[in-house]
Amino acid sequence: MILSTAVAIAEARMGKPGEKYYSGRSWAIMERAYIAFKSSTWMIVFSGFIEPVLFLLSFGYGLKDLVGDITVAGQPIGYVAFIAPALLATSAMNGAIYDSTMNVYFKLKHDRIYHGMLATSLGPMDVALGEIGWALLRGFSYAVGFMAIVTPLGLIPSWWGVLAIPAAVLIAFGFASFGMAVTSYMKSFQQLEIVNIVLLPMFLFSGSFYPLSVFPEWLQTIIRLFPLAHAIDLVRGLTLGNISWALAGHAMYFVVMIVVGLFFTTKRLNALFMR
Amino acid sequence: MTQSLIHARNLTKKFGDFTAVNGIDFDVVKGESFGLLGPNGAGKSTAMRMIGATSQRTSGDLTILDKDPENFGPQIRAHLGVVPQQDNLDTHLTVTENLYIYGRYFGLSRKFVKGKIEELLTFAQLEEKRNAKVESLSGGMKRRLTIARALVSEPEILMLDEPTTGLDPQARHILWDRLFRLKEDGVTLLITTHFMDEAEQLCDRLVVMDKGSIMAEGSPAQLIKDYSTKEVLEVRFGSERNAQMAEDLRQLCDRIEELPDRILMYTEDGEELLERVYKKDFHPKTSLVRRSSLEDVFLRLTGRTLID
Repeated sequence: MILSTAVAIAEARMGKPGEKYYSGRSWAIMERAYIAFKSSTWMIVFSGFIEPVLFLLSFGYGLKDLVGDITVAGQPIGYVAFIAPALLATSAMNGAIYDSTMNVYFKLKHDRIYHGMLATSLGPMDVALGEIGWALLRGFSYAVGFMAIVTPLGLIPSWWGVLAIPAAVLIAFGFASFGMAVTSYMKSFQQLEIVNIVLLPMFLFSGSFYPLSVFPEWLQTIIRLFPLAHAIDLVRGLTLGNISWALAGHAMYFVVMIVVGLFFTTKRLNALFMR
Repeated sequence: MTQSLIHARNLTKKFGDFTAVNGIDFDVVKGESFGLLGPNGAGKSTAMRMIGATSQRTSGDLTILDKDPENFGPQIRAHLGVVPQQDNLDTHLTVTENLYIYGRYFGLSRKFVKGKIEELLTFAQLEEKRNAKVESLSGGMKRRLTIARALVSEPEILMLDEPTTGLDPQARHILWDRLFRLKEDGVTLLITTHFMDEAEQLCDRLVVMDKGSIMAEGSPAQLIKDYSTKEVLEVRFGSERNAQMAEDLRQLCDRIEELPDRILMYTEDGEELLERVYKKDFHPKTSLVRRSSLEDVFLRLTGRTLID
């Protein structure tokens, strides 16, 4: 049955789980993101895509002869193939973080766009899922683009590497939902800088350019508390074909991040808009 | 028996120790234009947000179309068109895109929304601006677009929070004209304002609010009849003499109000009173006879003016 009035559409959801917070229309939020994206943000998308490629060319090809092979799980691996999966994981993170922090902050505080959305029959969960869904779509397209460049260069030695794309989406999902939760608690634009303060060292020390084993045990333990090290190990395990249960553990880290992020985002949006 | 669309009894909202809305009672019936009149901080916007199912009441009863907003937020919001005090149009999108996506938020089909957009652009007199970005619109156009956007879902109740604040007189009149048309089409209007002329123009019935409470309720004409006299004589003697003159003028009529810049004298016949003022050899610098307004009602009820 095609429902043609706003009231009939809203009433059709009565009795469904979470009906007070979720109207089942996060796609409408994604449609909005698509319309806004069509006209304005091409450069941002392009820069997000080109960044890991530049890192790959500069560091990978610049250092490969100086560094030589790196031993991973007893196998010697070329340096470019070693850093390529790390850059994929990082670009999934960056795309998701941009969409869920800066973008969300402005809609929340500056443009008051969520105020408008939540005056309709949408609920806070629709907004959270829609925004995160859009961030995922961006993470997915970055991952596909990056794979399309590195695969012909012979940097993905294993067929398991195909799974690096869904892994990148999982990573983006984790960062997006966590990032949106953090952003929704921020009181000023300056506080967004905290995100950068966390992201840069995480990128530099999470084993992107060399194995974590160069660090003492205690420092490795600290690094592994943060998500990017797990993201890199997960993607690298897949592209190099080193399949083990450890990969499931890394994936679980992100599942937890997604659930925690979604819970707090919905809770916070509800507190902000449904006071 | 007329159907009560909005029903509030002892409706209360507290933020910590602060009571924003303090036990108010009112009913809004289908097709009427109902106003909440009061100064800034009277609790009007808080009341609107509770009715709009985006704020939960602290205590009391509230139903909108027989539903409790605490349990049926999305269903109630589907009946409402909301025009907030502060514009929240989507500045990344064009005029048409704003209308389109708002319809989509309600889950309406692309086909339905596209048809509706044409009708709304005409209504809001924005046909020529259809592809303009929101940022390039004037304040009046933005308001009209916000109203058009609120109508995309064909709501039964249109809620307008301070609809003409910040607009120039011409833009206000255009907006009032659009709101009259909606009223003629049977849309129930719920309006907050701190402009008494707006309340008199637009509202069939209103409540006067101050500090979270309702001070009086009725039609504009009834309120003026109950709480004021037919006419008001305004006299000015200059700021330093007003206080002293007020004492002398008290003998001439039953009720006077002394404001910092002028003295208001309440009477059934302003010209006749002015004659008596002159006969007493009081010579105001300026004088003005006018009909009583809701401003006078508010002054009577609270001892303060609406716009401080």
